[in-house]
Amino acid sequence: MLLTVTGVGLGALYFLIASGLSLIYGLMGVLNFAHGAFITVGAYAMWFTESKLGGVPIWPRFLLGALVGLVVGAVFAGLVELVLIRPLYRRHIEQVLVTVGLGLSTTALVIAIWGNDARPVPAPAWFGETTTLAGANIPNDRFLLIVSALVVLLALTAFLKRTRYGLIIRAGVENRAMVTALGIDVRRAFTLVFAIGGVAAALAGVLSNVYFTTVDPGRGTSLLIFAFIVVVIGGLGSLRGTAAAAVVVGLVQQYANYYASSGLGDLSVVLLLGLVLLVRPRGLSGSFA
Amino acid sequence: MRIPVKTLAVPVVVLVALALVPQFAVDIPYVFKDTLNTPGTLQLLALCLVFGGLAMTYDLLFGFTGLLSFGHALYFAVGVYLVAIAVTKWHWGFAVALLFTALVAILLPTLLGAVSLRVGGIAFAMVTLAFAQAGSILAFKNPWGWTGGEEGFGTDYTKLPDAFVGILNTKNLYWLALVYAAVVFAIVRWVVGSSPGHVWQAIRENELRVEVLGLRPFGYKLLVFVIASFLATAGGVVYLLTQTGPSTEVTTANFTLTLLVMVVIGGSGTKWGALLGGVLYTWANQRLGDASSSHAVSSLPPVLRTPLQQPAFVLGVLFILVVFFIPGGLARTGRLRRALKLS
Repeated sequence: MLLTVTGVGLGALYFLIASGLSLIYGLMGVLNFAHGAFITVGAYAMWFTESKLGGVPIWPRFLLGALVGLVVGAVFAGLVELVLIRPLYRRHIEQVLVTVGLGLSTTALVIAIWGNDARPVPAPAWFGETTTLAGANIPNDRFLLIVSALVVLLALTAFLKRTRYGLIIRAGVENRAMVTALGIDVRRAFTLVFAIGGVAAALAGVLSNVYFTTVDPGRGTSLLIFAFIVVVIGGLGSLRGTAAAAVVVGLVQQYANYYASSGLGDLSVVLLLGLVLLVRPRGLSGSFA
Repeated sequence: MRIPVKTLAVPVVVLVALALVPQFAVDIPYVFKDTLNTPGTLQLLALCLVFGGLAMTYDLLFGFTGLLSFGHALYFAVGVYLVAIAVTKWHWGFAVALLFTALVAILLPTLLGAVSLRVGGIAFAMVTLAFAQAGSILAFKNPWGWTGGEEGFGTDYTKLPDAFVGILNTKNLYWLALVYAAVVFAIVRWVVGSSPGHVWQAIRENELRVEVLGLRPFGYKLLVFVIASFLATAGGVVYLLTQTGPSTEVTTANFTLTLLVMVVIGGSGTKWGALLGGVLYTWANQRLGDASSSHAVSSLPPVLRTPLQQPAFVLGVLFILVVFFIPGGLARTGRLRRALKLS
């Protein structure tokens, strides 16, 4: 039971990262290597805020830190799109290369400023305590992960289905040329999608701070690789496929790590990706690729 | 086949000039910290040449065939790790270790290439990334105590050829690296000009059209994948000799991304671009590291000093600037200037 909940929790973390990646790829055709930077920036913004609020009680300190993390993540991602991605409109390879450079240099900058070591991130003690569920003691932070991801999934679905911008984004994923031909400026939706992806990634960064209780510069990159795997397994551009794949990957990883040996979980996820791609080259949902 | 003198002249002159480098005891201020023929400088130059050669093998996939692989580090790491493990942990002789590695360097990319080339584009990139990640995880997890985990381990140098051991023999290592870069250069020129080479470039431009012409791209892509991977493994062996032992950094996805950065900075799909990019990147990485501890940088205010102390940051920014302002890389600047003049 503990394994299952932890696996789903981990899957929730992957989903938060992968949903942004998937949306960005679906709409713009850009595989965003800077997504790891969004996670790192969000996680560090939270840690930095908390470290400046030494005397404040833990709950407001934690919530304020999380909020700053999310806002910084959104603003950073939006700016990246405006300043770096937009001028290279329609040149996909160059856009991907720029995100690669951004990912590398952001990590290096974080190392330059705050060093390579992991920093402890204070969080309310409640997250470390356990709740007994079906006879198993489960740390509360797992529930936080799962609930956050569910909220994001529902909010994103509602946004895409119910609002005008959501409609433009969905139409843009299907056929961008047609949307443009109808006189709608898709580029504004690009910035929006980047900002949404940035918030989700920063949320993943904030939650990973709670889950690992520390923050380190390599966090973004290591999570990003699994998020890539999730996106590809789920089918590029599909939100529901991504959610399903995230849970599967999280579970497989946890079970293999526990029942076989540690490290085998990561390996079996990789094998799973190979298998899925060979059987269904377009991923589980098989919509856009 | 007769090769015109003109195409050979420049590479041969460059090769001879580079081969003579260890004979000159000259100081080149700012470019190198020490005199040209000191072990420190030769070691740096050897690294530059190995990575220059490695970048060319990556360019064979990315620049000439249009295959975006995120797993090239795996094949380099095979060369680094397998030889070291064979001589140190299994106590094999160096020659046997080399033979075994060469065998693996053909079989592994044939197998993994056949699997990953069943998909194209982004999916191919992801599958190669996944395989390389599997290799990286193995190296980190230290199975049976073979890979030494995150720190790696020291190679048993008594098993290595004497000519490449010890600080006095650095010039031999330099020559070895030079031979590696030259051989890769020659092979790349040869295969790119051969008839499969023309098919690769056609695949890069338009794969569907190649199929319509009645050719099956799969076999050609597998061929270039195996050639590039084999040459990368050879580079790994040379790299191992310049180091005290293998370490995990060469297995990571970031290492492949670095290769991509080298190729793009230099100019992908060009004659000299990848070599130039690999050499310049390695040199800049090292020298920026030296410069960060120098007086000129440490006297700067912290706002400027902190980012400058991380070579990876400076190079990452430089890379973005190249993508923005010199599309096509350094090797294409001449062509660009000509194009501007014409228009």
